[in-house]
Amino acid sequence: MTSLLEVRNLSRSFGGLVAVNNVSFALGAGQITALIGPNGAGKTTCFNLVAGAMRPTSGQVFFEARRIENTPPEAVCRMGIARTFQIVRPMRDMSVLENAMVGAFSWTSSVGEARSKAYESLESVGLAGKANASTDQLTLSDRKMLETAKALSTRPKLLLLDEVMAGLRPTEAASVVRVLRRLAETGLTILLVEHVMRIVMEVASRVVVLHHGAKIAEGSPAEVVADPKVLESYLGTGFHA
Amino acid sequence: MLSLWLNVLASGVLLGLVYGLVALGLTIIFGVMRVVNFAHGEMVVFGVYIGYWAVRLWDVPIIAAAAIAAVAMFIFGYLLETLIVRRFVGRPHHYQFIVFIGLSLLFSGALLVAFGPDPRPAASQLAFHTVSLGLVTLDLARLQAAVASGLLITLLGAYLRFSSFGRSLRAAADNRLGGLIIGLNIPRVYAVAFGIGAACAGVAGALISPLFDAQPYLAVDFTLLAFVTVIVGGLGSFSGALLGGLVIGVAEAVAALMFTPSMKTALPYALLIIILIFRPRGFFGANES
Amino acid sequence: MFVILALVGALSNPYLVSLMTIVLLFTFLGQSWNLMLGIGGQLSIGHALFVGLGAYSVGVLDVKFGISPWIGLLLGMFVAGSVGAVLAWLSFRFEVRGIYFALLTIAAAEFARIMFSGWEFVGAMQGLFFPAPTNAMDMAMLRGDARFYYFVALALAALGIAGTELISRSYLGYVWRAMRDDEQAARALGVRTFRHKILVIAISAAAAAVGGGVLALVQGSIFPDSIMGMGLSVDVLVGPVVGGLGTTFGPLVGSLTVIPLNHAMSALGDSLRIPGLNNIAYGVVLILVVWFLPDGIWPAIVRLCKAIQVPWRVWLPQPRKAEE
Repeated sequence: MTSLLEVRNLSRSFGGLVAVNNVSFALGAGQITALIGPNGAGKTTCFNLVAGAMRPTSGQVFFEARRIENTPPEAVCRMGIARTFQIVRPMRDMSVLENAMVGAFSWTSSVGEARSKAYESLESVGLAGKANASTDQLTLSDRKMLETAKALSTRPKLLLLDEVMAGLRPTEAASVVRVLRRLAETGLTILLVEHVMRIVMEVASRVVVLHHGAKIAEGSPAEVVADPKVLESYLGTGFHA
Repeated sequence: MLSLWLNVLASGVLLGLVYGLVALGLTIIFGVMRVVNFAHGEMVVFGVYIGYWAVRLWDVPIIAAAAIAAVAMFIFGYLLETLIVRRFVGRPHHYQFIVFIGLSLLFSGALLVAFGPDPRPAASQLAFHTVSLGLVTLDLARLQAAVASGLLITLLGAYLRFSSFGRSLRAAADNRLGGLIIGLNIPRVYAVAFGIGAACAGVAGALISPLFDAQPYLAVDFTLLAFVTVIVGGLGSFSGALLGGLVIGVAEAVAALMFTPSMKTALPYALLIIILIFRPRGFFGANES
Repeated sequence: MFVILALVGALSNPYLVSLMTIVLLFTFLGQSWNLMLGIGGQLSIGHALFVGLGAYSVGVLDVKFGISPWIGLLLGMFVAGSVGAVLAWLSFRFEVRGIYFALLTIAAAEFARIMFSGWEFVGAMQGLFFPAPTNAMDMAMLRGDARFYYFVALALAALGIAGTELISRSYLGYVWRAMRDDEQAARALGVRTFRHKILVIAISAAAAAVGGGVLALVQGSIFPDSIMGMGLSVDVLVGPVVGGLGTTFGPLVGSLTVIPLNHAMSALGDSLRIPGLNNIAYGVVLILVVWFLPDGIWPAIVRLCKAIQVPWRVWLPQPRKAEE
């Protein structure tokens, strides 16, 4: 397995609180990997460390064999890692299409090129029909897909998705799953942070489980589900969620 | 030579205490409401006029004039917050800036209409009386203003620390949401905070009325001076306002001795630029929310 | 609209011409400030600094060395742009932002004002005076009569509006608006916000300097208190805020509203011998606009036209959403 991204012994503490504790994992190119764990397990912190939004207390992050843990977020993005935010942040006063265009300006300064890339991104998440709508007309599910489209416009090699399915109805989540599968088929590597366990099992080929900031299991969805430690810490409540 | 320097230093410290009081008003308003009062200088000038008229009409001592200013300006600030400022709390900075610039224009316009543009020389003769303590000779007006300011700062500090309403003010300053959750009456806290802020400015104005000619155009200088003071100490910090006042007071006094008059006025700004760039939160600054 | 404005200049009386010259100059200055906050998201309350640097660049070259204001304008752009860039670089390096950056701009403006007030070479408090124009129009030295300056101001305002429109349709417009709305989100999309903030401030400062240079020529003199004072900083930003922040036509509409009102109130105050009246009116208008029309007048006009289905709304440019 060639790994596109590798995280080695990553730790981050806030004051006395250790949010991420000595976590290591690697992402295979073209795979969908899920980072799961109960609330407060350190998923989002881990995610922010990879995206350059935070610096680790110790440990390294390698992207295409280059260390990136101290690289600012805009440079991380330009290297080929795009992220979404858990709280959707569409830009006001800009149409759906214009929102999706911004990311393209990380590799082009041509407005025309950005516009066609933005259409392409919107198409791949199923939003092309709403390109000219204003963002406040979008449903939550559409807004989450717009976040994904904005990230796709940066032409990423690795896509980091922070809880794209949280709060969605089952039918909406199912269509998101289809979108992610199609994206993975084009060769894009995806790291999902998710709370909703069942959907992760459907879409991810590998799962990393965090609990209290530490990695407690890693493997295929079937392996992880069978792991007693995971069951104990998480699944008992997670399946009901 | 030593005596000259001591005198300069002493007058700087004395005026610095008054600056501290002005800055304290600004910092309480910012700390609690996260609003920058760009009409603060006008409120100081209101105080100066109150001091001027109280002495002129009733021939009361400056301390009594300051008490009148405190009450009048507290009510003024309380009403201003309730009627206007409240609507702009939490809005983007430029909206607040425009509103306060609007208010400051309105106030200075009102002063111009009421008293005309010409400076009125101080009604009190206090500035000509002096006290000497060994090497240091102090003018009575300055001494009195400084003592009263120092006393008021201490009282206000004690009030904020020990009274229950003072504690809720501080709670609101630390954490607005938390304050709401524990059931503080936030609108009242804001109104009182703004009232106290205005009262600080007004009292300081009344106290310095023997030192400065009453004049509407003074306001801009006082506003800017209050900003410099507050930022030097840290926007939103109580002890910072006091420290900032002393630093600016002494720096001005020393600069007056060493440089040309224009350099003297420029010095606080130079200080401000340096501090903003290297220590943006000041020495005791609160976080910007 | 510009045809109308051109006719106004050609036909009307001298008082209206000089008033409209100021309106147009402040349209341009407001546009420069609008670019910085309305599109770039950076609040400056000390724009007089850049205006003043532009004015002094033109003034010193012209009055002291007889060098054409055209060169002075270029120098002013360079000086103000550099000062803006350095100020921005220093403050964003050290994470000075938001209200602290705004206070830094005002401190820098005041510092500069006081320095220029004490600098004998540039006339200190006594000011700097341009030689009086000898004929109606001298393009090389940018000197002429009131009507000549009216057309210079009109050209400048048109240039400002076209320039803003051009920038806001280019990739800079998209990137800056993204940065204005949410800096973290913009950075995650690969926007190098640090350099873009410096860039937008430098461009805004350079534009303000051009406005300042022309303003100085129109007034025929430069005094530090009026060209670099806090009052000028306020005058610069009132137009775009009243007219509509971030919109292309906001600064024009705002200046057209506020400046004549201010002059009228001033005149009324003078005739009634009540000197503070214009301040009161100015203050009240500012508060009322921010209170009742927080988006400004121009978006309200656009909304109104849409609501009553005015047929000619097709050629009314939409605020902010200029595309599609």
